[in-house]
Amino acid sequence: MTIVDPIKETAPVDPNVVNITINDKPVVARKGELIIAAADRTEDFIPRFCYHPRMSPVGMCRQCLVEVETPRGPMMVVSCMTPVAEGQVVRTATEGVKKAQEGVLELLLANHPLDCPVCDKGGECPLQDQAFSHGPGESRFVEEKRHYEKPIAISDIVYLDRERCILCDRCTRFADEVAGDALITFTSRGNDTQVLTFPDEPFSSYFSGNTVQICPVGALTAKPYRFKARPWDLEQTESTCTSCSVGCRTVVQSSRDELVRYQGVDIDPVNWGWLCDRGRYNFESVNSPDRLTSPLIKNGSELVATSWSVALENAARMIRLALAQSTNNVAILGGARGTNEDAFAWAMLADKLGINQRDAQLGDGLSPEVFNLAQATIDETCAASTIILLAPDLKEELPVLYLRLRDTAQKRKSRIIEFSSRNSGLTPYAWRTVGFEPGNQAQIVREALATPEMKEQIARGEVAVVVGRANLAESEVFTLQALGEVLSAVPTAKVLPVLRRGNVRGAVVAGLTPKNNSGDAIDILNAAAAGKIECLILLGVDPMADVADSGLVQRALAQVKNVISVDTMINASNRNADLVLPAAAYGEKNGTTTNLEGRISNVAQKITPRGTSRPDWMIATELSIALGADIGVSSLEDLNEKLVNTVAAFAPSSDAKSTHGDGVLMARETPVTISGVASRVTDRNAYNYRLVVSRTMYDSAQSTISSPSLAGIITEAAIFVNPLDLARIGVTEGASVRVGVDGTNIVIAVKAHNGVNRGTAWLPFNHTGVDIRPLLNIASDVTDVRIEPIK
Amino acid sequence: MSKTYVHAPGFVAGDRPKIVTSRFEFADSFTLERYLATDGYKGLRAALSRPANEIHEDVKSATVLGRGGAGFPAGTKWGLTPQQVWPRYLVVNGDESEPGTYKDRLLMERDPHQLIEGCLIACYAAGLSQCFLYIRGEMALAQERVATALNEAYAAGYVGKNILGSKFSVDIILHWGAGAYVVGEETALIESLEGNRGMPRLKPPFFPAANGLYGQPTIVNNVETLANLPWLLTHGVAAYTAIGTKTSPGTRMVAVSGHVKRPGVYEIINGTTTFRDLLYGEEFCGGIRNGNALKAFVPGGGSAPWFTPDQLDLPFEASQVGPAGSMLGSGAVMVMDETTDIPAAALTLTHFYAHESCGKCTPCREGGTWLERILRRVVNGEGTDADLQQLLEVGAMICPGAFPHAANEKLGLSAVPFPYKMTTICFVGPSAYAPVHSALTLFRSEFEARVKKRVTIPVTVVANETANVGASA
Repeated sequence: MTIVDPIKETAPVDPNVVNITINDKPVVARKGELIIAAADRTEDFIPRFCYHPRMSPVGMCRQCLVEVETPRGPMMVVSCMTPVAEGQVVRTATEGVKKAQEGVLELLLANHPLDCPVCDKGGECPLQDQAFSHGPGESRFVEEKRHYEKPIAISDIVYLDRERCILCDRCTRFADEVAGDALITFTSRGNDTQVLTFPDEPFSSYFSGNTVQICPVGALTAKPYRFKARPWDLEQTESTCTSCSVGCRTVVQSSRDELVRYQGVDIDPVNWGWLCDRGRYNFESVNSPDRLTSPLIKNGSELVATSWSVALENAARMIRLALAQSTNNVAILGGARGTNEDAFAWAMLADKLGINQRDAQLGDGLSPEVFNLAQATIDETCAASTIILLAPDLKEELPVLYLRLRDTAQKRKSRIIEFSSRNSGLTPYAWRTVGFEPGNQAQIVREALATPEMKEQIARGEVAVVVGRANLAESEVFTLQALGEVLSAVPTAKVLPVLRRGNVRGAVVAGLTPKNNSGDAIDILNAAAAGKIECLILLGVDPMADVADSGLVQRALAQVKNVISVDTMINASNRNADLVLPAAAYGEKNGTTTNLEGRISNVAQKITPRGTSRPDWMIATELSIALGADIGVSSLEDLNEKLVNTVAAFAPSSDAKSTHGDGVLMARETPVTISGVASRVTDRNAYNYRLVVSRTMYDSAQSTISSPSLAGIITEAAIFVNPLDLARIGVTEGASVRVGVDGTNIVIAVKAHNGVNRGTAWLPFNHTGVDIRPLLNIASDVTDVRIEPIK
Repeated sequence: MSKTYVHAPGFVAGDRPKIVTSRFEFADSFTLERYLATDGYKGLRAALSRPANEIHEDVKSATVLGRGGAGFPAGTKWGLTPQQVWPRYLVVNGDESEPGTYKDRLLMERDPHQLIEGCLIACYAAGLSQCFLYIRGEMALAQERVATALNEAYAAGYVGKNILGSKFSVDIILHWGAGAYVVGEETALIESLEGNRGMPRLKPPFFPAANGLYGQPTIVNNVETLANLPWLLTHGVAAYTAIGTKTSPGTRMVAVSGHVKRPGVYEIINGTTTFRDLLYGEEFCGGIRNGNALKAFVPGGGSAPWFTPDQLDLPFEASQVGPAGSMLGSGAVMVMDETTDIPAAALTLTHFYAHESCGKCTPCREGGTWLERILRRVVNGEGTDADLQQLLEVGAMICPGAFPHAANEKLGLSAVPFPYKMTTICFVGPSAYAPVHSALTLFRSEFEARVKKRVTIPVTVVANETANVGASA
């Protein structure tokens, strides 16, 4: 009788499986995989410097030489460029391989300065480690080593030490291939080959920090970490970056209870190991000397330190006083900078007190109904054959999402159709860019998507729409209209909402959004300005800096009787508050956060909160007790349990482990369709310029200005117009112009920009120097300004 | 028709069959007028009158060997491109920069139309849609002559749209190099053409025939290879294969430099002419200068392992030169007579390759310079015995295993056949080592005479360790 193995009988042969042996042990590899990648799943480590799994191989360092059997005997190949083949026999530890690997290492070390004792990389250095594991142990090189000036600053943040460099092409490849900023390159040749910037052009990439992280030696170092710590003194914990809503996975490293460095962690669904420089280096703001260490209470015209018990008692008094007349007398603004748990605790408190006026968005976001449309993840977006962008400049606002979309467009996996009123970082990679004047996007989208060319492209497969607010000087209605047009042209399209504040999606879903149609941020500010709000609670927000319409905020804050601010620092909005409660910052608290696609992942505490500052959820809990409206929370675990049991979207994260690593997606609701929005068309006066106001990566955000390494990068405010419009205005580049709307004027420098359409003007938001906010009125659909030369 | 004899470097008129240098004796050999008067563009007309695949077959059956260095048959190379992938390119490698080689320069300077015609025939036969002619940056006259010839050819309808009234159209684009030796390597040349830094690509996956210029199928051919095609098409396969041997038919150009009476470029018969014929024959170099004795010679460009008088009777036939321990390479013979300072000669060559390393592969970038520095120390009389061993050990990091060298009766050496193993992508790294290895293997005594003798301080050590001290001295 023959025994039939049921598995063998039925299992179909997978055409993508390749069987090889590495050191006589069978290894199952995928078709097209490189030997080194297959070997990484075994115990046999192949040393390497230039190979990086997220970049194309170059075979530059020659360290990963292995032997492969051929009909003509064993042949030495670089395993980082040789794909696997059925039946391939690979040997990684023969005498020949050992000798070759030792030889390459000796050559790499020949001109390396071996200044490990003073090198930041020492202790976590692949060159050091592999010199021990695969090196010859000693050098026969007795000649004078290469000398260069060390180190040289190649940007505001990054320093380059060419003596330590082993020319692996990782940083230059990253800059060219991944970031698209080929600002560093090899110069000279042979033994004089060196990495360098172009003359007078610094390596001012938004992603320069990644080159420091992937440098296999200490050749690239970053200002914020130089000489701050030794790797063996570092403590670290894995967390999620909340600088924007992409939710990049990071490792937070500290030394002596102070944050010293973030490193990117490679997870497939989000950041692939990359971080933007703002996210990587704004931890400096956590260490800022300006951090609040105790509650502050108003005494006369001054804020003075007080104890938590006095502060909470006063907070409760202010709220109780306001509530005594009407629940509409209290409003909560903000909450997007905290964790899901922080937001949920405040939402519970608001529910308990009957406060409906609460909003984690600041009037520059999207209606929460967008979250109920058929959702796309970042991966699904990048896998779609067509990506339609109705979004802000992702390179500026959500930088790592830009890297992902750039990658898919560069590798020709997807085609990007961009609708925008000015060129964005993705414009060079977009298949088609359709320009529009703020206000008429719905019409432009409808017409563009009806062309045969676009129809053909859309019919090719899945379509994803990336939707967000591209312009702070136009009403949300236009974005929703344009989205409606896309969805009626492509009903199967999935939506990726791109709201930029760290945990805005989590906060909104956890309950920091009004329960009925009134009570959002604009309503709150209008009500406050009309004197209808007695007590305003600011949850980690600085509306003076962050809301487009600063005039409205000014009037609102002046009218409110009591302002309670929960924040990490003093800012323009809480400078005159009645009570300021110090909050724990990023890296000082545990919890979970939700990224723009609805992925819930953990944020971890690494250091103790500064002074007596506390996490937001704890403040809410204590306040609820002081108010006699106990929300019944005793610990973070307790709170988290309540969250996953109360809010259905968070149910998938009920197992705390699921929020580690890749994180877990929110439960998706049954998709709805977007409600029709009445069409509004606004004509522009031909003398005027229609404003596009948008954010850039380095603006005067609190976390940026309080990070010394980044603060210097913020540029002066200026207005950008098409070069041809300069002549129309009658000025030359750099001249000061008067920009006016409805009798409000500002004087600002004008600059030419090819990416701005004629008749429009681009104003980057929140830069240093001239304040542009007086021009903006949140009630206007669009903003048209007059630009005049100063005589 | 009066033949005006003009002195071309090393060129001597004679009765030998001439395939590519037949027009060199005319003062105006580079003009279209002269070209047309001497069977010019006849080969193209012959080719266009027949189907393309027949022409390809002709080139295959004539076994036109590549003249760039590797000696790969051109017809076979053309057949490696995937069919029906467009566009597909011909790239002409005119970046001749191997030390000692200057045959392609003469072909471009003295007979540019022949090259252009060859390009057109190749494009027609192999179905290539565009041709890029890459000329070394330093060859100003060649650039000028080829550019002028190309303008003439365009004006006369030989290049461009519907060539000679046929349906065949091809454009030729000129490109000047920026002065890097490594760009003579075909994948580095493609990188350079694309506007990148000239650094070789690894094969696989970048076999130019399938994945070359701009990721498209690309044939890279040497200037001399293409210059053979007009004659082949005019006179036929039989006439071509009647010259030379079966495995190496036709003629080849050899550039001789060094200590001979008449250095220069000669068109010799492939496969049968020996090195002795070339160096001592009256119609060629006419012997060593001043009647000196021959010490050594490099048979195929600076990167080839050296030969000594023992190998003089080898013919120009790859299948015999390879097993003898060297290569024919680019057809450059460098001759060293008895007065030659061998360590200094090796240093000159090694310096060149170390300087020309592109910097990509660690063994070449670091090892090449290291070799040069040790060797310079030895040549300057500051080296030690250990340095000689060190040279071989550093070389072994670039080329692990036995390195090819010639047999030598006096030293009792038997040949190690070509090729070598290497840890680098291209041949620049091994080329830095080849002269060091050859010189040190064949003329070690000259190095030993140069190094400082180690002063051995007598020490009393444990008995078995003494044996080791003796062995390394």
